[in-house]
Amino acid sequence: MDFELDETAVMVRDSAREIATKEIVPRAASIDREGRIPPEVLLLLAKNTMMTLAVPEELGGADVGVVAYSAALSEIAKACASTAVTMSVTNMVAEVITTFGTDAQKKRYVPKIADGTLRAGSFALSEPEAGSDPGAMRTTAKKDGDHWVIDGAKQWITSGDFAGVFVVWARTGGAGTRGISCFLVEQGEKGLSIGHHEDKMGLRGSSTVALHFEGVRVPESALLGELNGGFKIAMMALDGGRIGIASQAIGIAEAALAAAVEYAKERKTFGKPIADHQAIQWMIADARTELDAARLLTYRAAYLKQTKQMFSSQAAMAKLYATEAAGRICDRALQIHGGYGYVKEYDVERYYRDVRVTRIYEGTSEIQRVVIGRSVLG
Amino acid sequence: MKIELTEEQSMIQQMARDFAVRDVEPKARELDKEGRWPAELVARMGELGLMGLAIPDEHGGAGADNVSYALAMEEVSRACASTGVIMSVNNSLVCDPLYKFGNDDQKKRFLQPLASGQKLGCFGLTEPASGSDASNMETVAEDKGDHFIVNGAKNWITNGPHADVIILFASHDRAAGAKGTTAFVIEKGTPGFTQNARDHKLGIHAAHSCTVFFENVRVPKENVLGGKGMGFKIAMSTLDGGRIGIASQALGIARAALEKATEYAKVRKAFGEPIANKQAIQFMLADMATELDAARLLTLRAAAMKDKAVKDPSIRHSKESAMAKLFASEAATRITHKAIQIHGGYGYSTEYDVERHYRDARITEIYEGTSEIQRVVIAANTLKG
Repeated sequence: MDFELDETAVMVRDSAREIATKEIVPRAASIDREGRIPPEVLLLLAKNTMMTLAVPEELGGADVGVVAYSAALSEIAKACASTAVTMSVTNMVAEVITTFGTDAQKKRYVPKIADGTLRAGSFALSEPEAGSDPGAMRTTAKKDGDHWVIDGAKQWITSGDFAGVFVVWARTGGAGTRGISCFLVEQGEKGLSIGHHEDKMGLRGSSTVALHFEGVRVPESALLGELNGGFKIAMMALDGGRIGIASQAIGIAEAALAAAVEYAKERKTFGKPIADHQAIQWMIADARTELDAARLLTYRAAYLKQTKQMFSSQAAMAKLYATEAAGRICDRALQIHGGYGYVKEYDVERYYRDVRVTRIYEGTSEIQRVVIGRSVLG
Repeated sequence: MKIELTEEQSMIQQMARDFAVRDVEPKARELDKEGRWPAELVARMGELGLMGLAIPDEHGGAGADNVSYALAMEEVSRACASTGVIMSVNNSLVCDPLYKFGNDDQKKRFLQPLASGQKLGCFGLTEPASGSDASNMETVAEDKGDHFIVNGAKNWITNGPHADVIILFASHDRAAGAKGTTAFVIEKGTPGFTQNARDHKLGIHAAHSCTVFFENVRVPKENVLGGKGMGFKIAMSTLDGGRIGIASQALGIARAALEKATEYAKVRKAFGEPIANKQAIQFMLADMATELDAARLLTLRAAAMKDKAVKDPSIRHSKESAMAKLFASEAATRITHKAIQIHGGYGYSTEYDVERHYRDARITEIYEGTSEIQRVVIAANTLKG
C-alpha cells in the first residue's frame, strides 16, 4: 500500500504548477474581474497537454492517467478556479468521446481538443428544469431521414459560448432515463444559439450560458454511443467529472489555506502574530487535516478509475467531502484575514466565492449523498 | 501509488477478522457489562502474533508491517474496543519503543516475552497533574550511579492492573524539563512498585487501567531505555506510532456502529416503509461512510509512512499520525452518535451494541494525545512549512 504519487504524476503536477505560477496566478484577479479567460491561457494549457491528460497519445493526449490529471487540475485551481473548471470540462469531453466515440468521431474531435484548435469542450446536460434529475429533460432529437433534429434548451453550460464542440443530451425515446441519447454538436451549427450569460457569484472568468436548439440538424454520425444509451454516458462522465471537481475544490482550498498561513504569520494582535494564538492554530490544523482527507479520498477515486475498477461511490465521496471541506476551509481562511478577507484586494475573497459552486455542479452534495447512501445500503 | 493491500496485509487482516468475529465479538457485550478483563483473549492474541505484530520474528514478534497492524487493530476493535486497546498498548507503546530504543540485552529480556504474548506491558507517562503537558512531570528518578531511585505516581495506566512490565518515564533533572526525562523498563514485583484499584470509566470497561505508585523503587541502570535524558524523545516517537493504533481503534468502533445502523435502518419501519428509504437516514449513512473512509485513508497513509520510516529514519510522520488520530477519533464520535440516533430509543438501551460503541468511541479523543494536542502538532507543522 502506497499513497505517494509516482514519478510521472509528480512530473505532470510540477509542470502544471509551473504554468499556474508563471502564467495564471498573475492574471487570476483580472480573469475574475473581467469575466473572461484570455484565449492564450487555454491554448497554453492545450499545448502542454493539460486539456487531454488521460487521453491516449495516438489521439494527441498525454495518457498520464487520472491520478496525474487530478494532481494537475488542483495546481491550476490553486491559481484560478475558472481556468480549472474549463480544463476539467474539456478533459471530460475529450474522455467521453474517446470512450464512447466511433473511430471517425475520435479522429474528428479529440486531436483538435488536444492541440487547442477547438478551444474547449462543452457538456450540455442540464436544463432549466432538469438538473439533479436528468431523466426529466425535455430537449428532443427527432429522426428526419439520415439526420437528427434537435430542439430544446440547455442551462448552466460551461464554456458554451466559445467551445468548439458540445456533447448534447436529448430525448430520443420514451420518458425517463432510458429514452435519452447523446450527440456531438459543433459550435456554429444552424439553429444553435447562445442565450443568457449567467452573472455568477464566483467562477466569473468561466463563461456559463444558456443554449437554444431550434431545429438543429446533425447527421446520423453525430450520435455518440448507442441510441437511447445516453444516460449511461452521462453518469459515467459525471463519475469522472466528480474527480475533477473534487480536485478543483482541493486546489482552491489549498490556495486559501496557504494565504491564511502566510497572513497569520505576519498579522499581529495583542503583541504577537495571530499564528501564535490557539484560536488561529486550531483553524489551520483543522483545515490541513480536512484537506489531506479530501486529497486522499480524491486520489483513491482517481486511482480506482485509472486501474479500471469500480469508482462511482468513491468519486461521490471524494466530491462530497472535498467540496464541503473546501467550503469550510475558505470560510476559515476569510475569517483569519478579518476585514481584509472581505475585500477584493485579497485573494481569499475570490476563493470564497469560487469554492461555493463546487457543492452544486456536477451533482450537488445532496445527489452525492444519494449515490453514497445507496451504495451503503447495498 | 498503489492503494491495494499486499497479499500479506490481506492475510493478516483476514486472520484478525476471523479471530475478532469468532472469539471476541460474542463476548464483547458481557465484557463491557461485567467490566471483565479478557484474559483468555489476551492469551489468544499472543498465540496469534497480535501482541507484537510489527516486531521482527527474531524478537518474538510476527514480523508484519505497520499497515497490517492498523488493519488488525481495526478488526479487533470493531468487535471489542477494550480488547483493541489492550492490543494497541502492548504493540505500540511497549514493544515499539523497546524495539526502537532497547539494547540487545533489553530486547532479549523484555521484548521477546512481550512481543510473543508471554508477558503484558503498559506505558507510564501520564500523571495525576500532567497529561498533555507531559514534560512537566513530578515522578523523579534520582541517579545513584549504578542504579536510580524512583518516586512518584502515574495514572490512567491502561493494562496497569495486569501488566508484567511498565515503560516508565521519570525526571532525573526537573529543572531541565523535557531534556531531564529518562525512560525505564520496570518489572512488576520490584519492591516499592504498587498499584491501586482499577479505574471506573465511561467506556472501554474491559480494558482495565489504574494508578501505579513508585516508592523508593530501585531500578538498575541496565533498565534505562535509550540512555539517560532520552525519555521525552522516546515518549514522543512512541506516541507517533501509538496514534496510528488509536486511530485504527476508532475506525473499528465507527465501522461497527455504521454496520449496525445500516442493518437497523433496513428492518425498522416508520410511516409504512423501512427508515432506510428516508433521505434523512440515507444522508446520515452517507456522511458516516464518507467520514469513515476518509479516516481510514488518513490512518493507512500514516501507517504506510511509518513503514517507510522503519527503513529510512529521516522520514517523520508526526503530522500524519496526528491527523489520522484527530480525524478518526472525532469522526468515530460523530458516527457513533448518528448510529444511536438512527436506532432511536433502542440505541440508548444497553441491549443494543451502539450504546457501547458510543461510550467506547469517546476515549479515543482523549488518550495518547487529546484532540487539542493533535491540533498543536498539526498547526506547528503547517505553520513551519
